[in-house]
Amino acid sequence: MEGLTLSDAEQKYYSDLFSYCDIESTKKVVVNGRVLELFRAAQLPNDVVLQIMELCGATRLGYFGRSQFYIALKLVAVAQSGFPLRVESINTVKDLPLPRFVASKNEQESRHATSYSSDSENQGSYSGVIPPPPGRGQVKKGPGSHDAVQPRPSTDQQEPASPVVSPQQSPPTSPHTWRKHNRHPSGGSSERPLAGPGPFWSPFGDTQSGSSAGDAVWSGQSPPPPQENWVSFADTPPTSTLLTMHPASVQDQTTVRTVASATTANEIRRQSSSYDDPWKITDEQRQYYVNQFKTIQPDLNGFIPGSAAKEFFTKSKLPILELSHIWELSDFDKDGALTLDEFCAAFHLVVARKNGYDLPEKLPESLMPKLIDLEDSADVGDQPGEVGYSGSPAEAPPSKSPSMPSLNQTWPELNQSSEQWETFSERSSSSQTLTQFDSNIAPADPDTAIVHPVPIRMTPSKIHMQELELKRAGSDHTNPTSPLLVKTSDLSEENKINSSVKFPSGNTVADGYSSSDSFPSDPEQIGSNVTRQRSHSGTSPDNTAPPPPPPRPQPSHSRSSSLDMNRTFAVTTGQQQAGVVAHPPAVPPRPQPSQAPGPSVHRPVDADGLITHTSTSPQQIPEQPNFADFSQFEVFAASNVTEEQDSEADKHPEILPTEKASDPATSLRIAQADGKIEEKTAASVPANVSKGTTPLAPPPKPVRRRLKSEDELRPDVDEHTQKTGVLAAVLASQPSIPRSVGKDKKAIQASIRRNKETNTVLARLNSELQQQLKDVLEERISLEVQLEQLRPFSHL
Amino acid sequence: MAVCIAVIAKENYPLYIRSTPTENELKFHYMVHTSLDVVDEKISAMGKALVDQRELYLGLLYPTEDYKVYGYVTNSKVKFVMVVDSSNTALRDNEIRSMFRKLHNSYTDVMCNPFYNPGDRIQSRAFDNMVTSMMIQVC
Repeated sequence: MEGLTLSDAEQKYYSDLFSYCDIESTKKVVVNGRVLELFRAAQLPNDVVLQIMELCGATRLGYFGRSQFYIALKLVAVAQSGFPLRVESINTVKDLPLPRFVASKNEQESRHATSYSSDSENQGSYSGVIPPPPGRGQVKKGPGSHDAVQPRPSTDQQEPASPVVSPQQSPPTSPHTWRKHNRHPSGGSSERPLAGPGPFWSPFGDTQSGSSAGDAVWSGQSPPPPQENWVSFADTPPTSTLLTMHPASVQDQTTVRTVASATTANEIRRQSSSYDDPWKITDEQRQYYVNQFKTIQPDLNGFIPGSAAKEFFTKSKLPILELSHIWELSDFDKDGALTLDEFCAAFHLVVARKNGYDLPEKLPESLMPKLIDLEDSADVGDQPGEVGYSGSPAEAPPSKSPSMPSLNQTWPELNQSSEQWETFSERSSSSQTLTQFDSNIAPADPDTAIVHPVPIRMTPSKIHMQELELKRAGSDHTNPTSPLLVKTSDLSEENKINSSVKFPSGNTVADGYSSSDSFPSDPEQIGSNVTRQRSHSGTSPDNTAPPPPPPRPQPSHSRSSSLDMNRTFAVTTGQQQAGVVAHPPAVPPRPQPSQAPGPSVHRPVDADGLITHTSTSPQQIPEQPNFADFSQFEVFAASNVTEEQDSEADKHPEILPTEKASDPATSLRIAQADGKIEEKTAASVPANVSKGTTPLAPPPKPVRRRLKSEDELRPDVDEHTQKTGVLAAVLASQPSIPRSVGKDKKAIQASIRRNKETNTVLARLNSELQQQLKDVLEERISLEVQLEQLRPFSHL
Repeated sequence: MAVCIAVIAKENYPLYIRSTPTENELKFHYMVHTSLDVVDEKISAMGKALVDQRELYLGLLYPTEDYKVYGYVTNSKVKFVMVVDSSNTALRDNEIRSMFRKLHNSYTDVMCNPFYNPGDRIQSRAFDNMVTSMMIQVC
């Protein structure tokens, strides 16, 4: 075949036809059936058609390739122009009009003719050009129209396709025509294309809604109609908006031409994405919409509330149901307000509806609100892009009849969106459950968190705090401290000693650690009491403030700290505890150096203790023995002298039994005050003396109390003796500790362990003492009640 | 999945009711009507607690031989009633919940439409499509 040269118009036209015939979307071969229909629509004799087919080579090949198709079309044009069909005529015939295809629906033609009659401008040498578009439209709409004219049986098959295809074809034709108009001013026939489809609209609109796609094309393409339609908003809607459109279009060719120029710019894109054209918004339309938007909402980035939009669109006199549907389509984000995009989409839909187009089931692509600023002309350009974006959803709008496809399309969306919603709500619900959980968990923490006084600090301050914690949760402490009891007795003893040693510096360690220890010897008890007192006097049960870890200077002071502890313990125990001591835990090494500080330490300790425990008898009674024990322990620990300890250990047991019942505290005090065993032996006497000597007034009191409560305390003393025995054991083990130390890590660690154990022991002792305190208090209460009972009688 | 879906207004008149088998619609209408009593009972039972704490999904209202009726109430006392075929054992509670959620979302979309007057029958196409999708799944 000869090479085929086509003009631009022809090229586009042919490509459109080819795509129309290419229902299988092969892009290479057109279906013979469709081609044959096309040729038949060309109103050519069959023999001519056959000749054309032979010439183009289709019969030879058996199919219509693109080249064959184009050649065939060219030949059709040639034939229609009256030229003889020759192969050479393809290129030789210049200025060939586009092939003309007319629907075989004669009724339509007649209708068109009648409607055209009203158009004076239906004519033109380019009728060849003009008719094709309407003819094409006819062809498309013919198959597209379900009810009206369907002589062809194949229309049923084409029905589903034509609604899709027709929009493809008709739009390009319009640009064709308009373009032609621009080039060939001879055509007042500009109206023809409009008029052509125009009449189509009315019959099609009446007969069936399937052709709305094609109609939509025109409504989308024609700017004058919108103007009139817009006017109709305020006025009563013209009954035949379509016809009014045409006269207007007829009268205003320039407008058409301007539109045509605009459309031609987009022609190519439209051809590619023609099926979405019905819903495209032209620039003029867009501008009009924007102006209307401004009348309601000056801010273009703002929203139009639903009520205002309702009023505005109600003016269009459309039924509320349709307006509701338009709203559903256009309110993309379902927020009850219209943005500029949404407003334009809604407006466009209203215009389309007023023009007779049925509303789509789904918002067309071109009407979807775009992210970019729509005021730019780029919108129009973008629209085709969006249009060509997805074919399937675009099919939905033009197709009225297939409700199922739209459903199918909405289905996955619904499912997806619903899935999203589901996950969202599930997440939210789960978050709610989570929050509920959290709220439940929260309150439980404070107590438990505080209960664990694990971080045993060596510094007295920390120890003090820990002891406070331990006191608060005395029962709990027994548990954590019990493991400490499990430790080797040696270690425990050592720890106790150390803890007791350190205790005086802070008066906290011992109590905190050794609450559960079986060790709760005097020093521990004293320490615990002291700390308790201090806690009472000083800080309120603040479990929440575990002091920061001490900088560990103490470890270096294993010896010295122990000495301090001994001092404090010695002081406290000596002064306050009377019967508890029994055998001062092994070795209260009579630290002479501690003696001086001992009493001094003891004084404040005692003072504090006395201050806090100003309550008479029962409260102090249990404490005193403990203090006594502690003092003994301190004395033992302070010594840190193996010899002394040994000696003291030896002596203490001796002392203990002797002083048990009578003045354990005194003995302790003696030990503390004098730091000598001899003093201890003369505990009873010097105890008193020491009490007296000790510049502290309080000390005597506890002594007296001790004396008074000795009997009461005997059982306690027995217990304490046991504890002191443990202490003694501990102290005995202490001698093994090198004294020089403070530098060896082992010593430090050992001292740490010892202190820990002593702490546990003291903690346990503390709990026990508290128990005793409670019992005593109960007794007191009962006694007071008895007193009260007696008083009235006395009064009487 | 559902055989019949109904949206009942606060005043206990139907805003929307649709059933799949077009025959015997009256039977479904009657079932929905009787289920309203159960719904009210469930609402009042939880009346002590704040409305917020009350869960929207009511669950199985009552089963019959052939059908099971599920209920869902919004905070504005709009009730969704769904009748499900008992033979459809594949339906789990979560699925029913998701269906009600979809219904609720679609209903709120309908309410957002300024052209919709609360109390009118729901004639939204989107809502119809959504309901159809739920009911078509059954078949």
